[in-house]
Amino acid sequence: MIAEERRPAPPARRTLSFRERALPFVISIVSVAIVFGLAARLVTSATHWPRIKLQFFNRDAIVAAFPTVFRGFLTNMSVWAIALVAIAIWALVLAIFRSLNGPWFAPLKVFAVLYIDLIRGIPSLLLVLLFGFGVPALQIPGLPRTGLFWGAVAMVLGYSAYAAEVYRSGMEAVHDGQRAAAKALGLSQWQTMIYAIVPQAVRNVLPALLNLAVALQKDVALLSVIGVRDAVREAQIYTARTFNYSSLIAAAMLFLAATIPMARFTDYVARKDQERRLQRTV
Amino acid sequence: MDRVRISNLTKYYGTTLVLDDVNLSVAEHEVVCLIGASGSGKSTLLRCVNKLVPFDHGTIELDGVSIEDEQFRNSNELHKRVGIVFQAFNLFPHMNVLDNVTLAPRKVHGVSRKESEANARRLLDLFGMSEFAAAFPEQLSGGQQQRVAIIRTMATNPDVLMLDEITAALDPELIGGVLRIIKDLAAQGMTMMIVTHEMGFAREVADRVCFLEDGRILEEGPPAQLFSTPEHPRTQQFLQRIIEAGRL
Repeated sequence: MIAEERRPAPPARRTLSFRERALPFVISIVSVAIVFGLAARLVTSATHWPRIKLQFFNRDAIVAAFPTVFRGFLTNMSVWAIALVAIAIWALVLAIFRSLNGPWFAPLKVFAVLYIDLIRGIPSLLLVLLFGFGVPALQIPGLPRTGLFWGAVAMVLGYSAYAAEVYRSGMEAVHDGQRAAAKALGLSQWQTMIYAIVPQAVRNVLPALLNLAVALQKDVALLSVIGVRDAVREAQIYTARTFNYSSLIAAAMLFLAATIPMARFTDYVARKDQERRLQRTV
Repeated sequence: MDRVRISNLTKYYGTTLVLDDVNLSVAEHEVVCLIGASGSGKSTLLRCVNKLVPFDHGTIELDGVSIEDEQFRNSNELHKRVGIVFQAFNLFPHMNVLDNVTLAPRKVHGVSRKESEANARRLLDLFGMSEFAAAFPEQLSGGQQQRVAIIRTMATNPDVLMLDEITAALDPELIGGVLRIIKDLAAQGMTMMIVTHEMGFAREVADRVCFLEDGRILEEGPPAQLFSTPEHPRTQQFLQRIIEAGRL
């Protein structure tokens, strides 16, 4: 108690005057307003601006195109959501195949290596064309024939190759001591993978996987080239009818409304992950 | 009968000789401590015994059967009988204490969840860790984590327990609690091979102490003899340095 009394009081928190607090804020607002205002002024005062406005930012056209574009956008997002789940699973299987050692697992390993090399080397657009047009053209009985289905399959196959590599980096980042401990406890290679390595790997790479999810959110628009009536396709149809491009802007706005929150969420998860790592080293 | 018999064991890492014609037997209920400078091959010797690393020449037998025998072709069979605890604990960070302890009994030894949890709780209780059953490793101190790691290995009911510098990563005030557990296990007749830098502990717990240098056992004997009247000049030198560092 005595020692506590002798200890000097903690320094009073420095209070900032209103002026000190408000000034930087006001300066930021004003400077941003001036710079962006000037830029807007410059753009809108261009000789061609009225034409640009009419062609791209025509409010009536946006409103008129919106319902069909939005319906198409729902198709995009459902393909995205389903593909996401399929990719998360299939990529993990590929990554596990690739990291298995031992002669009996060699076929799985070789398959995974070949798959990842091949698929990553082919443009997504080409995959979508191949599967979306190619497979239905075979007219194999019992298989679905819609472009929607096979386009989605192409996206899953393509993105899984990337996601598998992300998973693999996460598995390799798990400390060797974990493998040694699991092995010493008698766990088989497979059990070590499932109970010790994979759960830690998934946690390690979650931010990187979410980044891929954001990229996929936009890339599902590739399905429009095989005739799937998604947001982009619907916008194009409107454009073809009216020679006005505002419907494309409507589609762009819808994609932005989905990707920006998703990107912020990814940042948030990455930050949490960072905090968790820092905590562990303390 | 010898639980573990190591004969003419030789191992290279690349072209570096790390174990040079090592011969060592550990009888049932015996506690053997391996001491020596870092890099003398102590840890590698333990890792050879449970096949965490391969060796080049010689044989290692467990209860008279070579660990390269058909019986141990699936190395899980070996790991069921020889347990090891590491310097860095290596607990699974995504599992709580109870799951860490019950994983191997359930998945390797085929014990039911109920039974393995009851056994785990008994062990946790025995080693003063029962209140931490639901805690995750990162919520525990180093000493507590190491105690959980020992319990995790003991839960697999091994015939031989190997300890690889289990207190080297701990703060000094946490070492005592961990070593006390090992003394209890020794008193209960656990067969153990212990690599340690804690000479006081080795002196107290060991039936026999081996001094290793450059991959060879230069001298071995009962702790009283080896620590008070070491014969080999290198052993004398090593112990002298330990005494100067205030560790004996």
